[in-house]
Amino acid sequence: MSLLSLSSLSAFYGASQALFDVSFDLAEGEVLALLGRNGMGKSTTIKSICRMMPVASGQLVFDDHDLNRLPSHKAARLGIGLVPEGRRCFPNLNVYENLTAAARPGHWDFARVSKLFPRLAERRNQRAATLSGGEQQMLAIGRALMTNPRLLILDEATEGLAPIVRQEIWAAIRTLKEETGMAILLVDKSLFELSQIADRAVILQRGADVWSGNFGDLTEELSSRYIGV
Amino acid sequence: MKRETLINAALLLGLLLVPLWAYVTDEPFTITLATKVAILALAGVGLNIALGLGGLVSLGHAAFFGIGGYAMGILASHAQSYTPLMESPFLIEGTKSMPVIWVTAILASALAALVIGTLSLRTSGVYFIMITLAFGQMLFFFAISWPAYGGEDGLSIYVRNGFPGMNTLDPIQFFALCFALLLAALWFSHRLANAPFGLALNAARQSPARVETVGLSPFHLRLIAFIISGAITGLAGALFADLNRFVSPNMLSWQTSGEIMIFIILGGVGRLCGPVAGAALFIALEHFLGGLSEFWHIWLGLLLLLVVLFARGGLIGVLAGRQVAHD
Repeated sequence: MSLLSLSSLSAFYGASQALFDVSFDLAEGEVLALLGRNGMGKSTTIKSICRMMPVASGQLVFDDHDLNRLPSHKAARLGIGLVPEGRRCFPNLNVYENLTAAARPGHWDFARVSKLFPRLAERRNQRAATLSGGEQQMLAIGRALMTNPRLLILDEATEGLAPIVRQEIWAAIRTLKEETGMAILLVDKSLFELSQIADRAVILQRGADVWSGNFGDLTEELSSRYIGV
Repeated sequence: MKRETLINAALLLGLLLVPLWAYVTDEPFTITLATKVAILALAGVGLNIALGLGGLVSLGHAAFFGIGGYAMGILASHAQSYTPLMESPFLIEGTKSMPVIWVTAILASALAALVIGTLSLRTSGVYFIMITLAFGQMLFFFAISWPAYGGEDGLSIYVRNGFPGMNTLDPIQFFALCFALLLAALWFSHRLANAPFGLALNAARQSPARVETVGLSPFHLRLIAFIISGAITGLAGALFADLNRFVSPNMLSWQTSGEIMIFIILGGVGRLCGPVAGAALFIALEHFLGGLSEFWHIWLGLLLLLVVLFARGGLIGVLAGRQVAHD
């Protein structure tokens, strides 16, 4: 049974349509990569799932709950944890406060997040605004984990980071998959790293899903046509 | 942060020592001034939760201050005239007991904050300021045109209400009560700011959308903060009415809202003891400058201007440094 299911989802920015009948499913414990060039609707799809923008038509179901009518915070409470594009921590709070402000009980607590990202424990009392980009990204992931989500959504989690930091983030995502079996929806441009972790992929082109299947079946022809690599 | 803690301790110690010294040298008027500082600081501690922590610029907190005052006035006036407040469907009598009055003031102002907050928190910015102001003014004109409790003339209570085991007419004992309540409110406010609720509220002030994506509703956070804030200011209103043994619509006027906000701005927005420093400075200015000239507010205005232009962390900010200043 699928944890998240989108069927024929359409969404608009004002008068211009951004999503055209997007459909895909994500099963419990599955890692799905959402691929496509810039401006093809990846972030819009994520915003729709997280209820940060209205859905014009179509079905959006998470764990048997109709998401369409829920406000953003209720969708998050159902178990959708978002690591937003551009990190976006709470700049005026320190690391520990960022993690605990919205924590919900469950497997993930401060000790477990510290084990995943030891640097966060070292910077426990430092204000988020003064952290490096990589540390802010770790903090954003940690903050999402502290809400104990059933689905973790990572929007461009490694963008704009130094290669060594990217490797740390990818290692953490692999740990999440292997040790907790958490369902993960990934948007990223690093096909090589995605290939090591993603079970399936969906490709978006001009706001529509043009291909979906096992990540291993993604041919070079497909990736050069739709993703540009 | 540590320096601020020291300053806070010194400030509170000063507020305790001044009336004690006045008690020893038999100057009851100074004790009354210190009591007034404690009560107004308490009202400021209430507003500071909404303003400092939640970023909610409420220009209607006089509503809660006045509701607290009228809760005291109405209950005590019925007790002193031996007439019940209500006979059917069940009998409610007036009371002269402070704890009962405090609880009533807290509940009544919390309820008012729930209603006002639910309606006004749907807006933000200048609209929020205007709606809270409008609610305050509504209550002000309601009180003026309500003859049962004195209307425009207000309501006098002849004897101060009682607290078990204490003589509240003794200025130093009444001061002790008010000071204890101020300390309790400060402790609560400190705990609240560091609890997950306070952190989330603080985060929602800067980035409401991010707070939503982690499963919290900024509206609910702000509403709860507004209710707690109103309830504390309401308690201060009940004490203020008891200090003067008099309630009038003046407590509900928008000047009162402005004054409570001035305490916070003078002392430091979002600083734990900002309202204490601000209220002390305000009363000191009123006492010393008010003796020199009727138009002492002109100097207050100048001071406020200087603080806003050059010392945005307020008095506490100037003394403790700007690291944690409010933005």
